[in-house]
Amino acid sequence: MNNPFNYSTPMLKKTAHAIRVDLIKALAHAGSGHSGGPLGLADCVAAVYFYGASIDPHNPHHPDRDRIIFSAGHYSPVIYATLAHAGYVSINHFINDYRMFGGCLDGHPNFKTPGIETASGPLGQGTSQAAGMAAAAKLDKKEWRVWLFMSDGEQQEGQVQEAAMWMGFRKLDNVIAILDANNMQIDGHVSNVLGEKWIEDNYRNYGWYIITIDGNDMKQIMRAIDEAKEVRGKPTLIIARTVPGKGVKFMENDYHWHGKPPVGKEVTEALDDLGKEVN
Amino acid sequence: MLQLNKYYNLNKNIFSSPDLEANRVGFGVALKDVGKTNKDVVALCCDLTESTRIIEFAKAYPERFFEIGVAEQNLAGIAAGMALTGKIPFMASYAAFSPGRNFDQIRVSIAYSNTNVKIIGAHAGVTVGPDGATHQMLEDVALMRTLPNMTVIVPADFDQAYAATVAATSFVGPVYIRLAREKTPKITTSTTPFTIGKANVYAKGRDVTIIANGPMVYEALVAAEALEKQKINVEVIDCHSVKPLDAQTILTSVAKTGAVVTAEEAQVTGGLGGAVAELLGEHMPVPLKRIGVLDRFGESGEPAELMKAFHLTAHDIQLAVHEVIARKNR
Ligand SMILES: Cc1ncc(C[n+]2csc(CCOP(=O)(O)OP(=O)(O)O)c2C)c(N)n1
Ligand SMILES: [Mg+2]
Repeated sequence: MNNPFNYSTPMLKKTAHAIRVDLIKALAHAGSGHSGGPLGLADCVAAVYFYGASIDPHNPHHPDRDRIIFSAGHYSPVIYATLAHAGYVSINHFINDYRMFGGCLDGHPNFKTPGIETASGPLGQGTSQAAGMAAAAKLDKKEWRVWLFMSDGEQQEGQVQEAAMWMGFRKLDNVIAILDANNMQIDGHVSNVLGEKWIEDNYRNYGWYIITIDGNDMKQIMRAIDEAKEVRGKPTLIIARTVPGKGVKFMENDYHWHGKPPVGKEVTEALDDLGKEVN
Repeated sequence: MLQLNKYYNLNKNIFSSPDLEANRVGFGVALKDVGKTNKDVVALCCDLTESTRIIEFAKAYPERFFEIGVAEQNLAGIAAGMALTGKIPFMASYAAFSPGRNFDQIRVSIAYSNTNVKIIGAHAGVTVGPDGATHQMLEDVALMRTLPNMTVIVPADFDQAYAATVAATSFVGPVYIRLAREKTPKITTSTTPFTIGKANVYAKGRDVTIIANGPMVYEALVAAEALEKQKINVEVIDCHSVKPLDAQTILTSVAKTGAVVTAEEAQVTGGLGGAVAELLGEHMPVPLKRIGVLDRFGESGEPAELMKAFHLTAHDIQLAVHEVIARKNR
């Protein structure tokens, strides 16, 4: 299996931009949800779905597909927006029904949504499930990979360390993890809450291969994906340094935007900002 | 003499000198056996491979055994991930730590996602003994019973733990199986019928219904035998499946007897006693007395000593029967 899109750099940039615009619209319509993290991670998520991963949006259960896991479920705006652009769900459904009763796009992801591989919301749980999938794939001698998106605040969960240790020890080289190093969590900057240098050190000590990039630079993201696919004998961690709120000036690097949507005039302002970005 | 229901082909010497074996051993043997024919079965453990009896499987099929290390949250997540990939994972630890430590992971990665994971909670109950309260898990049944999608089984003995393991393997969906450390009397045999969600009526009676599970089924039978000599005719139900609860069997029995005693080695709050009280409260209020742990923690001691101290013996069940019959006749 391959990536059915295999977009070029300009196409990926365009898609990431469209994802940002649509997730702002959906958040504004829902009246609740997370803005900062999802905006910052849009480039990486777009690169995985439209360039890196072997997937088939028309057959979300294809046995040989890569598994894309989002361990931090509050990133649902960027997850759903990307699934919509890839064709798993409709863009209209996303913009109008996100977080609505009776739809298939709950505030935190679950199996109602085509393309979602694990329920998430309680931070950390995706990491172990990714480990289990990767180990099962090895047992069955399957070629598919596990792509694991994690957040930096989430690294403080014991379960994440347990899972990272286990994947490193078992040399699960079919795992490519992407860490959204946005230095943001609810109570402030990750560096102030519990520090961040240890995160990279820990993964290195657990036996991971580490690539550090600017997670909002599409060329760097693509290169990191190419490099990670060549790694043997170790799981790979791509530390993607991103700007939370990316593209919307008044949200950028402000952790107060972790968990709220734009309202009223903020919506037009946010869309204006994103409009300028593309020109 | 208490008349045992022949349909269940119970052990002949229950009341003389029954053989003793821990139900966890039945689990271990069964897992090895199902692993032989079903290659999707995998086993995971957190540094307790020997005492949870996962060791049998681990030795037989080392490539399908996964040592997780001392990390119970990771255990639940890895098992869920493997289930999502088509495996049938059995994850084992002490009940104190799984589901004690990893309730959130079990709730979301396993129950909410309805992943086909089998959770083995070993060394549950006060009979863990000298290790004391931290290791005597009494709240596991309550925790697991409140989760949608979860099936909860408390096997009575060796052969029933074997049967439950086999049944859980072919059952699709999350299952919690509660096991004890101690050797307990063998009541059932390898030919005793076992169906998830179907309670076993071991003795028919008209005066009172005793509903028990786990090793307390033996105590219930001993109590029923003693009561028979006092001309009290007891119905004994082995309610191995706390969830789904066999409401039909219980209500049919209670409609006849009009008085109930439950018996379990867990907190009655949320446990089998809680489940039966909920059912009867809604459908058929009758005098009820619940034998089990009553809102307290365990403590160190020898198993038999603790069973006495926590009022978990056949004698305690007898007293409870007298009490509910008196209330019924008032
Ligand atoms: C187990 C658990 N504890 C707490 C929370 C509440 N929570 C949701 S997001 C979040 C912030 C974590 O930081 P990060 O994931 O880096 O989020 P960002 O601000 O970068 O989006 C917290 C504490 C949770 N979802 N799960
Ligand atoms: Mg963050």
